[in-house]
Amino acid sequence: MAPEKDIAGARLGTYDLTVGYNGVPLISDIAMSAARGEIITLIGPNGSGKTTILKTIARQLAPVAGTILIEGDDIKRLSGREIAREMAVVLTERIRPDLMTCYEFVSAGRYPYTGNFGLLTDKDREAVDTALRLVNASEIAERYVSEISDGQYQRLLIARAVCQEPEIIVLDEPTSFLDIKHKKELLEILSGMSKTKGVSVIMSLHEIDLAERISDRIVCVKGDRIAAYGTPDEIFAGSTIPDLYGIDAGSYNALLGKLELTAPEGPVRCFVIGGNGTGIPFYRELQKKGVPFAAGILMPNDIDVSVAMPLAGKLICTEPFMPADDAMKKEAEDLIDASEFVIVSGCPEGEYNRINSELEKYAAGRGKKIVRTIGELREVLS
Amino acid sequence: MTNRIKTEGNRNALRRSMVFLSFVLLLIAAAVWNIRSGSVDISLKETLEILFRRGDSESTAYNVIWKIRLPRILLSAILGGALSLSGFLIQTFFRNPVAGPFVLGISSGAKMFLAVATIAVSGMFSDMPVSAAVAASFAGSVMSMMIVILFTGKVRSMSSLLVIGMMISYICSAVTDLLINFANDSDIVNLTHWSMGSFSAASWQSVRISALIIIPAFFAVLCFSKQMEAYSLGEGYAGSLGVDIGKLRVLLVLLTGVLSASVAAFAGPISFVGIAVPHICRMLLKTEKPILMIPASFMCGAVFCMLCDLAARMLFSPTELSISTVTSAVGAPIVIWLMLTRRNRNGS
Repeated sequence: MAPEKDIAGARLGTYDLTVGYNGVPLISDIAMSAARGEIITLIGPNGSGKTTILKTIARQLAPVAGTILIEGDDIKRLSGREIAREMAVVLTERIRPDLMTCYEFVSAGRYPYTGNFGLLTDKDREAVDTALRLVNASEIAERYVSEISDGQYQRLLIARAVCQEPEIIVLDEPTSFLDIKHKKELLEILSGMSKTKGVSVIMSLHEIDLAERISDRIVCVKGDRIAAYGTPDEIFAGSTIPDLYGIDAGSYNALLGKLELTAPEGPVRCFVIGGNGTGIPFYRELQKKGVPFAAGILMPNDIDVSVAMPLAGKLICTEPFMPADDAMKKEAEDLIDASEFVIVSGCPEGEYNRINSELEKYAAGRGKKIVRTIGELREVLS
Repeated sequence: MTNRIKTEGNRNALRRSMVFLSFVLLLIAAAVWNIRSGSVDISLKETLEILFRRGDSESTAYNVIWKIRLPRILLSAILGGALSLSGFLIQTFFRNPVAGPFVLGISSGAKMFLAVATIAVSGMFSDMPVSAAVAASFAGSVMSMMIVILFTGKVRSMSSLLVIGMMISYICSAVTDLLINFANDSDIVNLTHWSMGSFSAASWQSVRISALIIIPAFFAVLCFSKQMEAYSLGEGYAGSLGVDIGKLRVLLVLLTGVLSASVAAFAGPISFVGIAVPHICRMLLKTEKPILMIPASFMCGAVFCMLCDLAARMLFSPTELSISTVTSAVGAPIVIWLMLTRRNRNGS
């Protein structure tokens, strides 16, 4: 999919946009567009200007240069009320008024539809009820906003945006303050809205793994330009993400979408005989304790490899779907000799990893201590 | 689910109607009590006769009621309402529950102008008319307000605006103190008397003028209740709903200024009403919705000031206390109590 689209035909598009504060440009040449039902996610390091871009789209900052179009109309030519009916905004401003019920809080989203005194009609109440139900917040409707949890509050913010019945929702880090369950819930609500109601979503996320899963397109913000713009596949291939965050290519684990820390440095103290995911907790524990280790012998498509690769000082891998050859076995034995102890993580034995049982016997024969559980490992290291 | 939400809503609606009904009853009760009390004792029957049938216009009772008590009751009601409404506005504006209408330096501006008028100008004339004093303090209030408005557009954070208001206060006080150094004792007495606040100068003239300013201001405030509600949820959010924040901020300061300037001009800087009464209303109504809080603050402020004025007149009769003595003595404990209960609720 080509990232360049007809901006004028998109629901929301930016054209040659430059954003910044008080006329001082921060990021220039921003061109992106969201079609009906698309989710666009901004990612980038802290302070890269994601919020500045979102604030400019939400009209809280004047653009330094360039144009923002909603349904082909220049945002400057639309009235506040017209824009509010098209676009709902959930920014990081977090004000919880005292003595305001959740219902009242959410009903503020009806602002662009109510009359001069803001009184709710039956249609407005229906929209508020629907929005509360959508985010599973009906049961807290009559509680005060000052009394609810952060997770509930975040859902209220979404409900408030939903009952504004927008075509576009702009969110700045909607997942911060949420635990993993609520993060998932929230993103599912957003993705549901984009699929069923065709709402276009533009947001920033800290969690790049979630960004990859939910987004139709990703905007990488770094420096004074957009570093990259494209589909998740395009962005997550190659070194775009490590470059964006300025981290080593090896330590970003694209396969599991998890950020790995750097491998401990120094001579190998331990050899891990893993496989089939059983080695992962050991690799992590060794990394946390700062113990340099080697791992093997794994097949390159083993799930262990994705974690062992960035964390192990030395990793012995076979060719795809091939058993280990003698050179590999020799290398492994040498590493075991150099190690203080050996971890056997309990990978089931099969046709292609019989070699690992032989390595275990070799280690035992050389009088190396065999560690089989995390508890034992902690004892050895303490 | 939907049904449950509606019944809860009804219970709130009932509570709110009860609060408003009791405000109306209290207003009537306070008015009746006030009109009957004083150094001249007038029976209820006679009072009603004088009020509605106009009775004997030569009698003392007639003159006491029509020329002294009635204008004073009306003035205390109108100014009390204005004062607490301006308190509600300034609390909304700063999102600060302990802000009062005079934090913007409005009363100090009034006092400075009054000092200029009484000390510098009255030297030339033998006696300054009341209307001149009113005009001077109104002008002073408006000047302070204009300075604040000038900064409202330029300053980003609300707290710096609060600091500017305080600094204006200090500058005005410094000028006032300077003038006092060169003043006669009698002028200082007048100034001190003014700065403690009193409704004793009430006349039909002052009732008419203040009503002419305050009643339109009240309806203007009511018209902005929707914007104010959005504003209370955050400036950024309100902006995204289409509220012109810059304009609303200036309007809020302007309306606060006009309301509290009227109070300062006709009764002096009455303390605590503007802080305490909006709080009482919030607690009673259990809401912060401006559309409800605006009329409630006005009515409750009216009742509060009428009763405080009654106390000021009657407690140590025939000596009359200044109104701030009473409002502070009653208002300050209320604010403390409210702060304590508020913290408990949040802490639980």
